[in-house]
Amino acid sequence: MLDELRTLLAPKWLTARARARKKERGRAARTAILLTVGAIFWAFAFGLLHRLLAYFRGVPEIGPLLAGKLLGLILVSFFSILLLSNIITALSSFFLARDLDLLASAPVDWLSLYTAKLLETCVNSSWMVVLMAVPMLTAYGTVYDGGPAFIALALLTFLPFLIVPAALGSALTLVLVNAFPARRTRDILSVIAVLAAAGLVVLFRLVRPEKLARPEGFRSLVEFISILRTPTSPLLPSEWLSRSIMGWLTGSLDLLPLYLLWSTAAAAVAIGALLHRWLYARGFTKAQESGERWAREGWTGRTARWMLTPLGVVRRELVLKEIRVFFRDTTQWSQLILLAVLVVVYVFNIKFLPLTGEGITFFIVNLVPFLNLALAGFVLASVAARFVFPGVSLEGRTWWLLRASPLSVRELLWSKFWVGTLPLLVLALAIVGVTNSLLHVSPFMFAVSVFTITLMTFALAGMAIGFGTVFPRFETENAAQIPTSFGGLLYMMSAVGIIGAVIVLEARPVYSYLSAVSFGGGESPPLIELVLGFGLAAAVCLTATFWPIRIAQARLEALER
Amino acid sequence: MIELRSLTKRYGSFTAVNAVDLDVPRGELFGFLGPNGAGKTTTLRMIAGILRPSSGSVRIANIDLAADPVAAKQKLGFIPDRPFIYEKLTGVEFLRFVAGLYGQAGAEVERRGRELLALFDLEEWRDELVESYSHGMRQKLIISSAFVHKPEVIVVDEPMVGLDPKAARTLKDLFREYTRRGHTIMMSTHTLEVAQTLCDRIAIIQRGVIRACGTMDDLRASAESGVSGLEDIFLRLTGEGLARELVEVLDA
Repeated sequence: MLDELRTLLAPKWLTARARARKKERGRAARTAILLTVGAIFWAFAFGLLHRLLAYFRGVPEIGPLLAGKLLGLILVSFFSILLLSNIITALSSFFLARDLDLLASAPVDWLSLYTAKLLETCVNSSWMVVLMAVPMLTAYGTVYDGGPAFIALALLTFLPFLIVPAALGSALTLVLVNAFPARRTRDILSVIAVLAAAGLVVLFRLVRPEKLARPEGFRSLVEFISILRTPTSPLLPSEWLSRSIMGWLTGSLDLLPLYLLWSTAAAAVAIGALLHRWLYARGFTKAQESGERWAREGWTGRTARWMLTPLGVVRRELVLKEIRVFFRDTTQWSQLILLAVLVVVYVFNIKFLPLTGEGITFFIVNLVPFLNLALAGFVLASVAARFVFPGVSLEGRTWWLLRASPLSVRELLWSKFWVGTLPLLVLALAIVGVTNSLLHVSPFMFAVSVFTITLMTFALAGMAIGFGTVFPRFETENAAQIPTSFGGLLYMMSAVGIIGAVIVLEARPVYSYLSAVSFGGGESPPLIELVLGFGLAAAVCLTATFWPIRIAQARLEALER
Repeated sequence: MIELRSLTKRYGSFTAVNAVDLDVPRGELFGFLGPNGAGKTTTLRMIAGILRPSSGSVRIANIDLAADPVAAKQKLGFIPDRPFIYEKLTGVEFLRFVAGLYGQAGAEVERRGRELLALFDLEEWRDELVESYSHGMRQKLIISSAFVHKPEVIVVDEPMVGLDPKAARTLKDLFREYTRRGHTIMMSTHTLEVAQTLCDRIAIIQRGVIRACGTMDDLRASAESGVSGLEDIFLRLTGEGLARELVEVLDA
């Protein structure tokens, strides 16, 4: 069986090796940027946690409890992420992967196939969590002097923590596929995943974790400690892992959680294997069926067609195609739910800012919406990364059609730009409008916000088109994975740069205005400051709109696929 | 209608198509044959404007493709060998979209779309998403889309792959009728019987170079004596002797 398993896993390993060895232009630079970003992230996460834990360690009695509670919270989120990610990955690796026809027709033992696919699922859905866990565990190990043996303990406990959600997730997917066709299951799962993520965000916000940091809000210290002592979720592997680690670090190692972790992992794999034996063949057959789906142009379609007539035939058909493809792809539109939740949480946060009472001046009230522009810009950049950035990548397989048609690349890119920008602009103006009204800002600051956010939206959309074209992912099957690529990362970094630049350029005139109104008796800032500050910010935004699209155009015109 | 002059495509040190000169006049059905990897698809994709030649030129209906790609492509319809299309559009929406890319819309496009779908037995699938189509049905839809804007020239890469016998027959009749009306078709195929019965002239390409070009009689003459069918001519010209070590391979 081991030989068979090795054979089954060989293509994955060989593909990864070939990809690593491939010589590409700019590869070294990309790797360097990735490593730098990774190192910064690790250093940041480690530094933050180290500081916090060192502080906890100094507090007698409550310190270790707080550290354990924090670890439990982090691990429970890891566990939910792992479970969701495994469910979705299992659908691809067990039922939709392209190598399955070959494997299903080969005389491969069912147990080898299960083990190979389980490993593949586990690795593909856990690597990110593992990367995030390294700085966390290092911080715990160093602050509490875990010693070299702590590394072994961390490995020994973390491994079953990864296996359990992989086996459970695969089993759940197997059952789901037996109930629905695989392609329909993918749609259902995308919605479940997004709803779950949205639920987590809302739950986290409603719990108000900042309360825990203010013990004076509790009736007595005893109540506070008893809340800290209660395990968050005693039946979850995250709790066992947390107890093992904290037990070791505080010198009271309890072996029961370790037994629980390993025995649960073994049981999950055994049950998963049995289910696989009973249900896989039936589910795999069912996965080949595609849900019968039809669509006929109704009144909405006809209205949209009529409304878009002024654009001309070519642009109208391009825009209609973009809208249809977006709303019929569950992996794409379902992300709108998450977006809506994020916006609600955002507005909620602004609403509960303590901006009334003593010491809160006109200056501060109007400074907040200005800084809010940076945050709103960041939200817009994330939305553009989700919805505008993948636009060109998604044309990869149909590139032959667009290239062989008389459609110019310029026309294609600008159509994509406008289809992405208009909804983005509506969102941007809504966010800024609602938050400004909540904060009761002055008309001048309102005008500044609208002017800035409009230009910023154009810049962020233009950059999303540009980066998405220069770093395309033509072969991916899931649109939701495109923004997490290397190009997506670079886009986000550049977007943050542009937002920062605009805020810095506008800071001077805004500061002059606010100081004048607050302290100087209502004089407006010098004209030269206004023109220079806002003019330069506009120039930066317009350059960031047009330049990336021009580069994208040159890149696409030279593209041969 | 199609003029290729010293058309060359290089990938690094490898030359896929090497100085190909070819003229396909109006109203001709031209066959393009060759072994796997000979450069057929690369040539057709250069004519369709998908790949840029390393050197040489392509003219479609007297328009230089490099100088005025939009005008040249307006005259052209392309059918690729791999049927990748938008999975989330229905058949009829796809045809409307393709017509739109060529600036055409309205009742005429709707009528032509309906007729083409009916011709290939896709009418009852017109409102189904493409993701539920089989390989052959996708191929039929792509073929329909190449005709929907009435191009003067059609370039086809392996048209018969995945088609059922009825659709294959329909396609042959369609090609014949289309060229009879003064349009031009250039197609590559491995089905030698199709090429022999359908094409007015045939070119055989090997390792990026045209080995022979002409009518069946011309090809017979350029091959050595004693051959009559296209298969013999093809094998003789491309030097691909029938698996001479067949027995050794099977015994190994």
